[in-house]
This record gives sequence, C-alpha cells and structure tokens, in this order.
Amino acid sequence: MSTKKFMYLNRKAPYGTVYALESLEVVLIAAAFEQDVSLAFIDDGVYQIVEGQNTDGIGMKNFSKTFHALGDYDINQLYVSAESLEERGLSADDLMPLIYEDEDDDWAEKPSVKIVSNAELSKLMSDQDVCLSF
Amino acid sequence: MLHTVNKSVFERNSLQSCLNTIDDSSVILLIEDGVISAAKNTKSSLLADLAAEGRVFALQGDVEARGISSKVADNIKLVDYEGFVDLVVEHGTAVSWV
Repeated sequence: MSTKKFMYLNRKAPYGTVYALESLEVVLIAAAFEQDVSLAFIDDGVYQIVEGQNTDGIGMKNFSKTFHALGDYDINQLYVSAESLEERGLSADDLMPLIYEDEDDDWAEKPSVKIVSNAELSKLMSDQDVCLSF
Repeated sequence: MLHTVNKSVFERNSLQSCLNTIDDSSVILLIEDGVISAAKNTKSSLLADLAAEGRVFALQGDVEARGISSKVADNIKLVDYEGFVDLVVEHGTAVSWV
C-alpha cells in the first residue's frame, strides 16, 4: 500500500464540541494504516494539548492522555501555531511534554511537539497529500 | 438577568453579542467552551470591567477540564453546578447565547 502524507488540522477546544475527540480517533486510524501522519494545532485547537486537564467536574472522558500514546504509533510531528498560543496567553510551558522514542537514534526520547509560525505551518500544509480539518 | 455564553471568544462572536446588549444588573456565566474567555489572554479586556464589578462567573468543572485553572483572569468568580443553580434562582430570566 502506498504511503501518503496526512496532516490533521485541530482547530477546536476539547470537550465543548466532539471535533477534537473525533480527530484523534481518525488520526489513530490513519496510523494503523501506516501513513505519514502529522498534526497541527491552531486556533482554539491548542487547548487540546494543554497540560493539567481535569474532567472530573464535567463527567466526560479526559482524552488528553491519549496524545501521550501517539509516539508509540510513530506519530511524532505535532506542530503548534505560535501565534495561536500567544493570542491565548499560552506558551510552550503550558503544553503537555509529549515525546517519542527515535528508533534511528538508539530509541532516544525526543519531543514530538514543535512550535511553529503560521508561515511555517502554511509551508508544511503545502507539502501534504491530504489535509483534514477538524 | 443571567446570561450564559458557551462558545470561545476566539471561535464565535457570541460573547461580544451578549456584551452589546446586557443591562447594568445582568451577570454573565461562562460555561463549556465559553470558559476560554475567562482565561487571561488578548481578549481579556472585553470582560475586565464587568468582572471588576463582580458580574462575571465561570463554571469550575469546565475551567478545570481545559487545564486553565491557573490562568483565570482577575475578579472572575468560579462556581460549581450548585452555584449555577443559585445564579439562575437569583437572577431570574436566563439567556443562552449559544
């Protein structure tokens, strides 16, 4: 089976709508088919990977923990819009420390999250075969 | 009156629409994705004056779910579901800015 480059654009906050959870489901499906998968977090989508989410008070599943599993599915390209973070008073320190083990570098643990400008994101998107927006 | 806003200020203009029309005795409760407007960010000035008057509330469970407990702007009061009910009782007619 041929491999294509898929980028998932995550644009909405978690929990208020079902988009964020559905995106994560589709990301895992693409990974199961061994596609080249990357994720972009823009607009309110940056809240999906904010550290310290606690859903006890709203009776919903805290699916933020699932992002920690992406590295094991060889999904290690998570791009976050610097402009979207800044606009929301957030910084890289507010995000979950998501990592993966690099099999080409003796399984060294490396960060999966990269903060990029919107201009860089634009370039990344243009390199994809498929962009899916949630 | 009680006004509830459940959309992020970055996603929809419902908070602005609410602010454009509320009277001097109304209070605002931010719920669901509306709590994003309770965090300190580039849109905080929208609510600052009302918050200083003690007229802005945010639902605590929704704030905690989104990991922004430490970023809630000054003077915005957190309430639980019981507090939500109290606000409804106290302020009468509720408007949902969905």
